[in-house]
Amino acid sequence: MATVELRFSAQPEHVRTARLVAAAVARRAGVEEAVLDEVRLAVGEACSRAVGLHRSNGITAPVRVVLIEEEKLFSIEVGDELPGPAGAPADAVPGIEAVLDPDIEGEDEMGLAVISGLVDDVEVTSGEAGGTIRMTWPVARVSALPQS
Amino acid sequence: MDLSLSTRTVGDRTVVEVGGEIDVYTAPKLREQLVELVNDGSYHLVVDMERVDFLDSTGLGVLVGGLKRVRAHEGSLRLVCNQERILKIFRITGLTKVFPIHTTVEDAVNATD
Repeated sequence: MATVELRFSAQPEHVRTARLVAAAVARRAGVEEAVLDEVRLAVGEACSRAVGLHRSNGITAPVRVVLIEEEKLFSIEVGDELPGPAGAPADAVPGIEAVLDPDIEGEDEMGLAVISGLVDDVEVTSGEAGGTIRMTWPVARVSALPQS
Repeated sequence: MDLSLSTRTVGDRTVVEVGGEIDVYTAPKLREQLVELVNDGSYHLVVDMERVDFLDSTGLGVLVGGLKRVRAHEGSLRLVCNQERILKIFRITGLTKVFPIHTTVEDAVNATD
């Protein structure tokens, strides 16, 4: 099992870097080209959410992204450090009704909805040390060997 | 890649041409532009997204916010987009039911329904 780990200060400008790194590692791991757009979007959503949680709660710790390459799977874990009740159910995915409610500004409400719509295998957990979104994609072929 | 924005007036519509990546970092620029247009009395907006390379939920939120603002003035916000990867995001969030999405700027500008 090979991993790449990325930590970045909770600044919106770094989310793009996380997307680029995740897409590059996913491509190398053998995730299909057609799926890379989804990987890029999903990791961006998870990182944007974590950045938002850190900033709105005054958490100075960095956001953590772990890219895990396994034999037939590629997983991405995005962790925030906002403590939640251990074993609590994941945040409810906000419905479109909430987004369109004229009383709610609605921005930042759709991240988890997008992730759930994009990724079949997604797990949202929350614990004393913070929350984690883990997303997993199948790897269609063995990793490309370097061309010589 | 950064976000590029330009606006032009076509009849009673204001076309906002957006290019680049709309994400958590750049979306506030788009929000400011839409707010400014509405504050200046432009209530019929066409957002041309043909040159957008990336759109996430923050960007969707800004577009929804823009729609709410123009609706408060009985205005409209139409989108122009032909890119499947961008359209997919509108589809999975159910927003295709909320925004009129056109294939050309001309269609959007002339649409009245």
